[in-house]
Amino acid sequence: MNELDDLYQEVILDHERNPRNFAQLPTANHQAEGANPLCGDHVTVYLDVKDGVIRDISFQGEGCAIAKASASMMTSAVKGRSLADASDTFKRFHQMITGGQDPCFDLESLGKLAAFSGVSAFPVRVKCASLAWHTLNAAMRESGPAAASDEADKKLEK
Amino acid sequence: MATKHRGILSSSSLDVERVRRDFPALAQKIHGHPLVYLDNAATAQKPNAVLDRIRTSYIEECANIHRGVYQLSERATAAHEAAREKVRHFLGAKQTSEIVFVRGSTEAINLVAQSYGRSRIGEGDEILITAMEHHSNIVPWQMLCQERRAHLKVAPIDDNGDLIFSEYEKLLGPRTKLVAFTYVSNALGTVNPAKVMIEAAHRHGAVVLVDAAQAVPHCELGVQDLDCDFLVFSGHKIYGPTGIGVLYGKQHLLEAMPPWQGGGDMIMSVTFEKTTYAPPPAKFEAGTPDISGAIALGAAIDYVQSFGMAAIAHYEADLIRYAETALTQLPGLRLIGKPKHRAGAVSFMLGDIHPHDVGTILDRYGIAIRAGHHCAQPTMKRMGVPGTARASFAFYNKTDEVDTLVSCLAETQKMFRR
Repeated sequence: MNELDDLYQEVILDHERNPRNFAQLPTANHQAEGANPLCGDHVTVYLDVKDGVIRDISFQGEGCAIAKASASMMTSAVKGRSLADASDTFKRFHQMITGGQDPCFDLESLGKLAAFSGVSAFPVRVKCASLAWHTLNAAMRESGPAAASDEADKKLEK
Repeated sequence: MATKHRGILSSSSLDVERVRRDFPALAQKIHGHPLVYLDNAATAQKPNAVLDRIRTSYIEECANIHRGVYQLSERATAAHEAAREKVRHFLGAKQTSEIVFVRGSTEAINLVAQSYGRSRIGEGDEILITAMEHHSNIVPWQMLCQERRAHLKVAPIDDNGDLIFSEYEKLLGPRTKLVAFTYVSNALGTVNPAKVMIEAAHRHGAVVLVDAAQAVPHCELGVQDLDCDFLVFSGHKIYGPTGIGVLYGKQHLLEAMPPWQGGGDMIMSVTFEKTTYAPPPAKFEAGTPDISGAIALGAAIDYVQSFGMAAIAHYEADLIRYAETALTQLPGLRLIGKPKHRAGAVSFMLGDIHPHDVGTILDRYGIAIRAGHHCAQPTMKRMGVPGTARASFAFYNKTDEVDTLVSCLAETQKMFRR
């Protein structure tokens, strides 16, 4: 059951049980909703952005442990960072969970987010881990509702 | 856990080990564990009788039907039509021409909505369904209602997942032109009182379509006894191949209905000015059908009938009771849907662990269950859950597998309690 232990790491279960930044954000000036219609998971990401920096971020929604923990850890990871930084982090996060990273990929550069590396052994769960991130992307672009993450995943892989 | 419930099955005469040997798929390992296949409501595994029949049909009967003058085509046509007769007999229909081959239940419902519905449903008319329908028995009617400016009414269900019959009756009225309901709920396992529902609808002059996709593999049923006007099912849920299904329709209704798709095989004569159509069922079977699929569905029906649907239903009823008892003894497990009569499926929540996580963990133990909304989002909403974990059974499943499921669910809880 090694792969399962890799997937459901202690830190992931902790964020699932006690999600951080799990609320509406009164100061939000960007927000987007994302959903995976096939499994019913949905998330709303709220952003307070000023001068290209994410001053505050929060999320609300419903989903599996992976989706919830991923959203929670994402908010912790990008709070206070620049939009460009957040985009870059997502790119590397996505490479990691799809197993598409090159051999020199620096897992440690992702910090705590490296806990999601186990997702790559569970291809059907990639969309759970990426949902919040795709939604963050949409919120940063303010282009309305985010696409379903599995479709967006396919686009990213191309 | 295992021994506690033993003995319940002693009354069953069905030899499950013998049955299992007929299904080569059941012998495989998944992630190093013996496969425990509990997603039969999604699709059933296939017995050798079906697999062999597909192969034979492509070797000894591979020709197009209803047109060739040579022997291979004659054989193909005979086998295809023999399958239709097997379906007629299986459903207890009056005439073979009442059996239309389609791709599956979804296509059958769409056929009725597009052909019968578009010609008979008008502005202000009502179509009545229930709150436990699969999306395939909601969306085609919604599309029809939108087009015809008709209204879709929904009969409510109670907290146990049973239809509230008095409310259903109240929703029937002079404007109700069509009632469509599932015989057995794919999401909750509820068996509906189909016969009295049909009687009530007929009292109001409505035509009734029964979605029997989840009923046909588990229950003895007869269309004349039910007196339904239409009944649909999918071959793949009753051990046949995917891509083949059945629409049963009363002869006089099928005769009066306009064709749905145009093409070869559904005509009497064609000129550029006018085409006259073939009588049913050919009228609804444009183009080359899934010949081998229909023939193999016939083999699947022969296969289940070699045991008898009564014996299968009896065995499964015992197994599902065993499963319900064993599952409810797990602390924190909550059944979603506790219907008075259950067939096929048991839906549940394992504490507050999301069904997808349950599904992923069970998969690593070789157990296949369905996790999610089961294409029944309104039903999930009614039951107050985003989705469920669902174990659904076939007559090749056994109590040992239920025990494996229960012990792996306990492991899942441990993992989440770390």
